[in-house]
Amino acid sequence: MQILTEEVKTQLREILEAMKNEVHLALFTKNGDCPTCEETTGMLKDLEDVTSKVVVHYYDLEKNQQEASEWDVKLTPSIVVLDNNKMYHGIKFNGIPAGHEINSFIKTLLEVSGAGAELPPEAQKRLDAVSTPVNIKVFVTLGCPHCPGAVEKAHKLALSNPHVSSEMIEAQTFHDVSNKFNVSSVPKIVINDEYEFVGDQPLEVFLEEIEKVHMPS
Amino acid sequence: MSLSFDLNLSGGLNRPPQKPYLEEIQDVTVIGAGPAGLSAAIYAKRKGLKTLVIATRVGGQVLDTSAIENYPGFSSISGEELAKQFRNHAGSLGIPMEQQKEVAGITGGESVKTVSLKDGSKIRSRSVIIATGSHHKQLGVPGEGRLKGRGVAYCAICDGPLFQDRTVIVAGGGNAAVEAVIDLSKIAQKVILVHRSQLRADDILVKRMNQLNNVEVHLETPIQEILGDKMVEGVRVIQKATGKENVIKGDGVFVEIGYQSNTKVFEGFLDMNDKNELIVDNQLQTSIPGVFAAGDVIEGPYKQVVISAGDGAKAALAANDYINHIQSGEENKNANIN
Ligand SMILES: Cc1cc2nc3c(=O)[nH]c(=O)nc-3n(C[C@H](O)[C@H](O)[C@H](O)COP(=O)(O)OP(=O)(O)OC[C@H]3O[C@@H](n4cnc5c(N)ncnc54)[C@H](O)[C@@H]3O)c2cc1C
Repeated sequence: MQILTEEVKTQLREILEAMKNEVHLALFTKNGDCPTCEETTGMLKDLEDVTSKVVVHYYDLEKNQQEASEWDVKLTPSIVVLDNNKMYHGIKFNGIPAGHEINSFIKTLLEVSGAGAELPPEAQKRLDAVSTPVNIKVFVTLGCPHCPGAVEKAHKLALSNPHVSSEMIEAQTFHDVSNKFNVSSVPKIVINDEYEFVGDQPLEVFLEEIEKVHMPS
Repeated sequence: MSLSFDLNLSGGLNRPPQKPYLEEIQDVTVIGAGPAGLSAAIYAKRKGLKTLVIATRVGGQVLDTSAIENYPGFSSISGEELAKQFRNHAGSLGIPMEQQKEVAGITGGESVKTVSLKDGSKIRSRSVIIATGSHHKQLGVPGEGRLKGRGVAYCAICDGPLFQDRTVIVAGGGNAAVEAVIDLSKIAQKVILVHRSQLRADDILVKRMNQLNNVEVHLETPIQEILGDKMVEGVRVIQKATGKENVIKGDGVFVEIGYQSNTKVFEGFLDMNDKNELIVDNQLQTSIPGVFAAGDVIEGPYKQVVISAGDGAKAALAANDYINHIQSGEENKNANIN
């Protein structure tokens, strides 16, 4: 199934020229009840057409349990982003990154390929102090123009510290998860299932919330 | 679920910054890239002026709109698509855009102004066009702040999908409110519009809303409080006619009661009215010569895409005249010295 239009493909070709190294994507789908699994598969196949720097590995959540547990995949569709050495930096997209969310997805590909900018030194210093596991969930909807900004920041933080993991969760597809976390506005950011805030806030706010986990007051 | 792909990472992303233009003195620096800012940039660039656009979010509020049906030439176009057309038009002229950059203030000099960005950088420019638009107003009732993000929402196209098969309340009576009702009626089980006075939305929208069978309308009914413990449970209202209070139950409240100009960073530098809108003359010049303003940010009751785009054009032409004027002034001075 072709998902990306020729127009979008042409744009992507140009933008993805900036990719430095290869990026591996591990896509998990499952047979049966999986809204958007087929579309996500189509989208990643289209992406492989667009650039040779993206290598997609197709997995089935039930059949490939070892890989799923290695990267802590529980939902489908889920895209795990790995670098050129197939190293996992804790970055996942749960649900199809379509609509506005294609922007955070493409930006993340560039970042993981090594074409991103460094974090501001002050932020990196604060982040370096984090030495226990931090999980960031960013709930989004595909019609939300502010959401990609929040996803990009969370993923960037994951990329910049091995203890931080970050996952986009498309709230409509995974409404059970979003109900559990009382998501009624997006982007909603939940840290270690405990601390939360709403909106595409500045990086400092992400760091403050992370520090709450790290150094509970 | 819609499966469009709204790509807006224009070229140049993540490449090493090569921006010699930031060192040079600009003719026109446009702050904001909504309809007003982009239209101003197109006009300024076509006049041959050295033009720079700085914006936190290219596209502006148009991106928050599901469909626009009153911009001439498009009987119906998604906000996303219209924003893209504006952006591409400006992009095709090679206008440099500093995206995701926030302006922290302007300081005036007589011939050159300095625009300071939040990241500490500074841009020098002969003239400035402020097109920073507006943001949604809050109801200002108890419960609103506490339940923000817990059922209180301000962006129907963002948060609407989260209220599938629930009951939602929309506060407001203008176009944005009625549009929100129409959009939400497709997702929610029931939509209740609650407004303190009479509807002032366009007739065509009101008619469309009235045809929906899962919509209920309460006019002359000011909201006193948003109720709920952890999540929104409803609103407490007064019926003006009877003075009676009652509770309308709902799982979400979308606040669509109008807009407030984004002028905070210009406080103390430029004159504003009591609504904090920038005061301009008929050339759209603010209280400081060489600083112009356009779109939702300026005083006036009508905030629309076409009006903002028109203002942008006007401000750019006025800035062009201003620059020609100071340049010929400078030449005269030089001529006198010689
Ligand atoms: C839900 C909704 C529905 C609407 N429906 C319609 C409709 O159907 N028809 C219609 O005509 N109008 C509609 N409008 C109104 C219309 O969107 C606005 O009138 C129009 O977008 C205003 O344009 P603008 O360029 O003045 O400002 P905006 O669109 O608000 O753009 C402001 C720009 O300034 C930038 N900015 C702000 N502050 C700073 C800063 N400090 N530094 C740098 N950049 C900054 C922003 O990022 C943005 O780029 C709607 C609005 C909303 C929210």
